[in-house]
Amino acid sequence: MNIPWLTVLGLLPLAGALLLVALPRTAARAAGLAVSLLALVLGGWVVAQHLAGAPLAEQVPWIPQIGAYWALGPTDGLSLTMVALTLVLTPVVLLASWRDEDRRGGASEAVRDVAEVRQREQVLVGAGGPERPATVGGGAGGGAATAAEQPRRWSARAFFALVLALEGFALLAFLTTDVLLFFLLFDAILLPMYFLIGAFGGANRKRAASRFLIFALGGGLIMLASVIGLYVVSARAGEPSFLVADLAALGIGGEVGRWLFVGFFIAFAVKAPMVPVHTWLPDAAEESTPAGAVLLVGILDKLGTFGMIRFCLGLFPEASLWATPVVLVLALVSILYGALAAIGSKDLMRLVAFTSISHFGFIVLGIFAWTSQSMSGSILYMLNHGLSTAALFLVVGYLVKRRGSRSVEAFGGVQKVAPVAAGLLLFAGLSTLALPGLSSFVSEFLVLAGTFSRYPAVAAVATLGIVLAALYILLMYQRTMTGPVTDDVRDHVRSDLDGRERLTLAPLVVLIVVLGFFPAPVLDAVAPVVGATLEQAGVADPAPSVGQEAN
Amino acid sequence: MTPLEVVTPTAASGLFGLAWLLIALPLAGALVLLLAGRLTDAWGHLLATLMPIGSFVLGVVLFVDLLGREEGARAVGVPLYRFIETGGWRIDAGLLVDQLSILFVLLITGVGSLIHVYSIGYMAHDPRRRRFFAYLNLFVAAMLILVLADNYLVLFVGWEGVGLASYLLIGFWQHKPTAATAAKKAFVVNRVGDMGMVLAIMLMLATFGSSAFVDVDAGAGQMGGTVATVMGLLLLLGACGKSAQVPLQSWLLDAMEGPTPVSALIHAATMVTAGVYLVVRANAVFTHTEVASTAVVVVGTVTLLFGAWIGCAKDDIKKVLAGSTMSQIGYMLLAAGIGPAGYAFAIFHLLTHGFFKANMFLGAGSVMHAMDDDVEMRHYGALRRALPITFATFGLGYLAIIGFPFLSGYYSKDHIIEAAFEHNVVVGVLAMVGGGVTAFYMTRLMLMTFLGRRRWAEGVHPHEAPAVMTVPLVVLAAASVVGGLVLNNWIEGWLAPAVRAEAHEASLLHFTPVAAVTLLLVAGGVALAWVLFGRRGVPRTAPSTRSPFVLAGRRDLYGDAFNEAVFMRPGQELVRVLGRADETLVGGGWSATGDVLAGLSQVGRRLQNGFVRSYALTMVAGVGMVAVVLVLGRLA
Repeated sequence: MNIPWLTVLGLLPLAGALLLVALPRTAARAAGLAVSLLALVLGGWVVAQHLAGAPLAEQVPWIPQIGAYWALGPTDGLSLTMVALTLVLTPVVLLASWRDEDRRGGASEAVRDVAEVRQREQVLVGAGGPERPATVGGGAGGGAATAAEQPRRWSARAFFALVLALEGFALLAFLTTDVLLFFLLFDAILLPMYFLIGAFGGANRKRAASRFLIFALGGGLIMLASVIGLYVVSARAGEPSFLVADLAALGIGGEVGRWLFVGFFIAFAVKAPMVPVHTWLPDAAEESTPAGAVLLVGILDKLGTFGMIRFCLGLFPEASLWATPVVLVLALVSILYGALAAIGSKDLMRLVAFTSISHFGFIVLGIFAWTSQSMSGSILYMLNHGLSTAALFLVVGYLVKRRGSRSVEAFGGVQKVAPVAAGLLLFAGLSTLALPGLSSFVSEFLVLAGTFSRYPAVAAVATLGIVLAALYILLMYQRTMTGPVTDDVRDHVRSDLDGRERLTLAPLVVLIVVLGFFPAPVLDAVAPVVGATLEQAGVADPAPSVGQEAN
Repeated sequence: MTPLEVVTPTAASGLFGLAWLLIALPLAGALVLLLAGRLTDAWGHLLATLMPIGSFVLGVVLFVDLLGREEGARAVGVPLYRFIETGGWRIDAGLLVDQLSILFVLLITGVGSLIHVYSIGYMAHDPRRRRFFAYLNLFVAAMLILVLADNYLVLFVGWEGVGLASYLLIGFWQHKPTAATAAKKAFVVNRVGDMGMVLAIMLMLATFGSSAFVDVDAGAGQMGGTVATVMGLLLLLGACGKSAQVPLQSWLLDAMEGPTPVSALIHAATMVTAGVYLVVRANAVFTHTEVASTAVVVVGTVTLLFGAWIGCAKDDIKKVLAGSTMSQIGYMLLAAGIGPAGYAFAIFHLLTHGFFKANMFLGAGSVMHAMDDDVEMRHYGALRRALPITFATFGLGYLAIIGFPFLSGYYSKDHIIEAAFEHNVVVGVLAMVGGGVTAFYMTRLMLMTFLGRRRWAEGVHPHEAPAVMTVPLVVLAAASVVGGLVLNNWIEGWLAPAVRAEAHEASLLHFTPVAAVTLLLVAGGVALAWVLFGRRGVPRTAPSTRSPFVLAGRRDLYGDAFNEAVFMRPGQELVRVLGRADETLVGGGWSATGDVLAGLSQVGRRLQNGFVRSYALTMVAGVGMVAVVLVLGRLA
């Protein structure tokens, strides 16, 4: 019998999550890391199979009445790129949170100064009172004032289990080719994320978690309408089916296609997130742990841009072309808005979140510019953004943990006391501002250049983003790391990064540099799916205006 | 327009297959020093110094090989690997060793090596010396990528790498807020230029489907006039950023915050010349656009006066030299803008300037070393006795830059002034006036630093630097003296095929009416400086003045004030307004919606008992959705 490797890959972390709950606390962390590494190895094998020319695919009827399948694969460059990112980031994140349980209430203590400003807002969610300490609901009960004394929140075991659950859902969501299954996973993944923010984050985590959930569920509900609509269309056309291939073959266009497209697009735009539905992200990133923020921005949000390519462009090419002008404007607004907001941000975690909004703008721009270069660039960007933002969030997290504050103003002159941390922050920052030689450059350039070949004016405006990126990164670095060491920094930042912390960043640094100089393998891998998506929409790349016959 | 001859590089063979080592050596040096950390503290600087020397030796070997070849075979392509391939675009990383790039290789590694040696002495007592040398190596590697690339996109990788190295080195003393600010400013202003570069490359890809030099050269003749103009102007914007030309000049003066060897290597001899290299390399584009070429000439001319003006007003020795650098690069850009008649002169002046400016910057470092890091020339005076070697070498550099007959600047600058006259009389006159002003401010520097009465602060005991610092000075001084004589007859012919120009016979005596008038102006400049600063003496504090010329010069001709008023203040305001709007309008609007929903959930929660709280609604909603789907499925 054939082993359904994709199913195994997706279920392995989920099974691991359950296993962790059953294990004794002491063994849980090691077991969690082992599971994530095992998944990484298995994923490596799946990628190897695909590259060897034997893409994996599994398909079992699930609810035949409505044409729903348990369908994973066939794997393609898009799904495998995202799978690879998920598989790499999970062990990194687990290792990064290895000792987080040691600090009791650390995060909330850390951000008390920020918290005080928002104490008022706490009343709404904290009304339950502190008498049930072990649950999410009771955690931050009395608001920020009592945050420092509050008992330890959920254990590291729970954290590791939630991360694994999130990994499993994400893997399945990236691999599935059934719209209904995707929709369910798209919503299911919210649960572990909700708890990762709501149970482990900062002082205002409850509010941030609720906001995250409300936005995500709102998007999900709108998408649900479109999913149902898809079913109706598919049933009318004959045999109902939720398989992407079957639905794409229907060539859904016209008025119906537009409505269905809009439903999907709104859900993905909320998830991506694009201005003006971005407002949940800075809050959520600010309040979650650095590890949670990495998973949120690095993986979960990618479901949005992933969905745009797979479902918006894949199922409704005509409607996608119809919506292109509006989407391009939204993408431009996101790029500039996110960058300007990042420049003005006084909170480090929030700053990184805003840079991501800007980067998601680039990704969406590349997708809706309809050239193979820009779309390949976008897929590569999804990978690179995951790596560089993870590095940035982690270093910032390590520094925040030491300093006990997320505020930019709380830092100053750190490079003198923690040169390695400062150097890695600069490295991650340079990767974020797309310095050539680091991976983000190739993707950002391809997005811009591809867009330029079809919409020169749009690309020219987007190029302003590279100047703004230099500003938000270097201003942040200057304010926090350079200048004379402040007394507070000297008191709090007593150590540079330790071995474990360096180990979490090492794979990211290596990947960022290697992909910066050798992006060709990834670009080769995504070329077929990009080509197919464009061909299905009947769009060809603009030809160069000057032929090369002269050679 | 006539189609240009396209030089197809010959395939690499023999040693040329190793050309990548030119870049790999310093890059490896940087990596070892940065990754191995403190292990290399003891010997890292020596390793780092050997790396550019190794590259220089290899460069000389390749150069000699090229010399021995016939003219048509002097451009050698060295393909490396497939960098990017997507859609119809294929961008290969490869090197082009030709008449133009090999000269840059020799300049970068030659002057670079000397500056590494000098830094062994200059940075001997800095606790972070290892990092300094790592960054220097990184810079050399990036600069070599820039000049050796055979593709504009790969060139851009080196271009920004140079920007990074410059950022790291200007801000090397990060604990000084001024250094940190200057570093950031340099990077950001350069990024504005880079925006032009990126857009130019995107335009190339959209127009030719390629950004390789050969493809751009081949297709240039067929592109429309507007495209050529836009492409040229965008490239010029990039060049302005790197080369500190007006309007992107403001970072260079602040960049003097870096250690002095950095100013010598990056902000005088190499990095800032990248813009000139770019314009000369992209000659196929500029040939087809009158507008962009004229813009290059205008930018060059304006900057050569701008920089000279600033040089006249500064009392900080490094800032005078920085103003002078802007000015001299203005000359080069002016020559490059003239077209085929000027390319060789631009490169000629670039090389000689590399010698004498590195010489003088290192000399300034030696002076600062002696004066306890004081940069204020009003505190100097009469240093010729205390620092005889520095004085002698600096003096030769001084004579070279003002164009004293038969020294290197005499040939290279006069060529440019003459070419400017042939191009346009106004430009020619301005370039000639610039020569006079150069003589004035450089003489002022010499008088204030080495001659006159001593104005040292209490407790300062100037002493000559150790041999590890003076030997590079002597070598560079020698090059400043003979560089012009050696290159004068040769360089035009050598470069002609690479820049698609025709060579002329240049005479050693070289005496024309233009040269004569220039010499008179130079003499006038020297005499005026003598009258003002030699005879009268120099007060220890800057005299207050009402002269708008001096005031403007002291404030860098209000470049910063302009940027602040036009970009920074409105930008800050925009960021502030947007930040508030994000919290109140966008965030607030949604949060009102959220509050309503949360209120509903509050109601929902009260219906529950037990531990299931805020997430109850989630579960209900989720289950509800699944139920809806299933029910609908059954009904259908």
